[in-house]
Amino acid sequence: MIKLYDFHGGIHLPGKKSLSNNTPIQQLACSKRLVLPLQMHIGEPARPEVGVGEHVGKGQRLARPDGFISAAIHAPTSGTVVAIESLPIPHPSGLSAPCIVIEADGEDRWEKPFEPWDDYQSHTPLEIRQRLRDAGVVGLGGAVFPTAAKLAVPPDRPIKTLILNGAECEPYITCDDRVMRERADQIIEGGRILLHASGAERCLIGVEDNKPEAIASLQAAIKAAEDTRFEVVAVPTRYPAGGERQLILTLTGIEIPRNRHATDYGLLCQNVATAASVYRAVVLGEPVISRVVTVTGEGINRPGNFEVRIGTPISDVIAAAGGYKSGVDRLLMGGPMMGFALADDTVPVVKATNCLLALHPQDREPEQPPMPCIRCGQCAEACPVNLLPQQLYWYSRAKDLDRTREYHIFDCIECGVCAAVCPAHIPLVQYFRFAKTEIWASERERLKANKARERHKFHQERIAREKAEREAMLAKKRAALAAKQTNQSQTGSDKSAIKDEIAAAMARVKARKAAAQTKKASEPAQVGSPTYTESEKP
Amino acid sequence: MRFETDISPLVGSQNSISAIMRRVIWALIPGTALAVVILGWGVLTNVLLAVVAAVFFEAVMLFLRQRPVGFYLGDYSAVVAGWILGLCLPTLAPWWIPIVASGFAIVLGKQLFGGLGYNPFNPAMVGYVVMLVSFPKQMTFWAAPWGTDGIRLNFTESLRWTFFEELPSHLQFDAVTMATPLDAVRTRLSLGDESMAYIEQQSIFGLLAGQGSEWVALAFLAGGLWMIYKKIIRWHIPVAMLGALAIIATVFWLIDADRYGSPLFHLLAGGTMLGAFFVATDPISSSTTERGRLIFGAGVGILAYLIRSFGSYVDGVAFAVLLMNMAVPLIDYYTQPKVFGHKSQPKTASNKTSKGQ
Repeated sequence: MIKLYDFHGGIHLPGKKSLSNNTPIQQLACSKRLVLPLQMHIGEPARPEVGVGEHVGKGQRLARPDGFISAAIHAPTSGTVVAIESLPIPHPSGLSAPCIVIEADGEDRWEKPFEPWDDYQSHTPLEIRQRLRDAGVVGLGGAVFPTAAKLAVPPDRPIKTLILNGAECEPYITCDDRVMRERADQIIEGGRILLHASGAERCLIGVEDNKPEAIASLQAAIKAAEDTRFEVVAVPTRYPAGGERQLILTLTGIEIPRNRHATDYGLLCQNVATAASVYRAVVLGEPVISRVVTVTGEGINRPGNFEVRIGTPISDVIAAAGGYKSGVDRLLMGGPMMGFALADDTVPVVKATNCLLALHPQDREPEQPPMPCIRCGQCAEACPVNLLPQQLYWYSRAKDLDRTREYHIFDCIECGVCAAVCPAHIPLVQYFRFAKTEIWASERERLKANKARERHKFHQERIAREKAEREAMLAKKRAALAAKQTNQSQTGSDKSAIKDEIAAAMARVKARKAAAQTKKASEPAQVGSPTYTESEKP
Repeated sequence: MRFETDISPLVGSQNSISAIMRRVIWALIPGTALAVVILGWGVLTNVLLAVVAAVFFEAVMLFLRQRPVGFYLGDYSAVVAGWILGLCLPTLAPWWIPIVASGFAIVLGKQLFGGLGYNPFNPAMVGYVVMLVSFPKQMTFWAAPWGTDGIRLNFTESLRWTFFEELPSHLQFDAVTMATPLDAVRTRLSLGDESMAYIEQQSIFGLLAGQGSEWVALAFLAGGLWMIYKKIIRWHIPVAMLGALAIIATVFWLIDADRYGSPLFHLLAGGTMLGAFFVATDPISSSTTERGRLIFGAGVGILAYLIRSFGSYVDGVAFAVLLMNMAVPLIDYYTQPKVFGHKSQPKTASNKTSKGQ
């Protein structure tokens, strides 16, 4: 057993996991119409490479990754691309985004984009990374960060330890639990592939100790695989034990600051379900076209876990779970702590959809009007990042954004623990999100203002330079004139010579003016790039 | 199907401010009851008058400030402030003392700053100190406690005194009052020729500190420990305050036991216990960080001792709390805990920017 470390704060929440974790994962029938948002991952949206009307096979790539941090999207079934358009996606603000819509043909015919690699060890880490990128493998724990991008570490910072996150600390959610129980062999195989691809020496699998079946199943799979590099570690059940940085601290004692990555410390952290999809992508050659979704809550008739094709309308998933009970008034994607409420259940399941949670009003704490903060400090005691939420609240409310930064607002992981313990019922997380967006906005304003200031400075400099040049030219001319004059006065014929000189100069000026006028008329002045006529050039 | 939307977290707290305040009241009850028995009926009238007045002023101010009156009265914070204030006042104070004190506490100390959560000073202590400065004579009207050689008033006599300032015809005012232990020590030591050991032979002194009042102090200690157990308050402020007071008292006591009271005397006399557990721990006006609370508590303990021993007031707890209240923003700023990941920045840290993402 390895030594476990403790993270600050955290709270015990009623798990409510038994609602959904007692039945095996069920396969959900394919829906008639699947909607695949082009951005289901962190990073750049994928770029479509099919056209409307095109017939696609199951597993065929629909959109390729665009940029380093991006992931491919594949057809979850065979059918026809009927539209590529902006449609509502699961989003806290109910936004729409570009999606590929597929009408299933009912045949569900595979067209595997890759060959299976039974012997993944004969492939280089780079090839495996490329495969994961092509197969659209992203973190399935909820962050949906492209796995290939996470694996790409500079050679001078090798990965030493792989951490598989099976903590699943949010209430209600059990999809990882079921995957660990039923597909432990896939997780371990995926883990071995990740070890090979990252060069790590060992793999720690962190599972909250309220999931003994999952732990036993993983241990059996490790035994069967006869791989001593793996170790399953039961971590204390305490929200947010499954936060990446909290789990890393618990397992290794390393605290990773917010502006650094786990890979900077020789650590690679992946969700257990992601490891299983790594196995499927590499060994079976299957891209990510489905995921396990927990459908649960007191407002669902038959809660359980379902293998759902990406793009399936959420209403179909709910229907498979027996539909809503009457009186349901909230549908959440994700858990009650960090999930968000959906306005509509017609939006599709995406790669981030780990849980669909339907609740009655009585399943939640009754909403109470907020009181003033009494600085009792319970939030600070519960904060897993050791912030002072009471102070952050004070300064966020006062819009004292500089102070919120001094109190490390950007270290907040928005886990919701502070709001969950607040006796004044203050929606603290909302205040912190507000302060963060205000700071981002003012940062953008500042950058804009800086640019404008630079532009102005350049403009002033240019004007000064032109003036100096003009003066230098005049001075030169004056000097030349003076020299001529002295020459002429020596020869004696002075006055008429000067008159001639003046007449000549005036003629020159007239000619130059005329030339400038015609120039101006012929081409409109370009702002910012001064143009000189031939005669004006110094 | 369409749904209402909400912002996470949807898990709310079962705890509430009024539940916290109610527990503070529960914790005050044993000490208060014992104080009524030992110090006299005046404690009861003081507490009742102060609480009723505090709630009244709170309601009036909420109304004037156009805040929901019932909603804010339900937090019980005015009851707690009035109650603590009532416990601080002298037992033979005339009826208007607790009322005026509550007025200053609630109006000046709390509502004018914005009400609950916005008062930089402990409201009860604001009320107490205003009375102490404005009515120094009435603020020394302490009845003789149980077990001393003074004469004690019964319930009706006590009421008649409080409301009409009438004593039973056979009694002189001096016969029913008695200097508090701290007061006795101060006046007698200032005379210069009496040692502590001699002073402590007076009937006002008991086994540990003041006769009778030492048990009241222990009852407040018990209530405070229960609040720590129930996580209504944290241990830092009481431990730091009592610890600092004990240390500084021990130092002076060791230097000259004839002129300085023992640490035990200082811990159990005056407002020490009530202050340590019920006043200095007021979360709104005290420090909110763990290290800050230790500094705040220690500051209160040391200042209280210095004012008691060298200042011109009998007890220094109230002044010490108010002085430390002033220092709270500074203390909080410099005692921020180390945020996750800020403890062990590796040497290779290249990205030190504090920019938002």
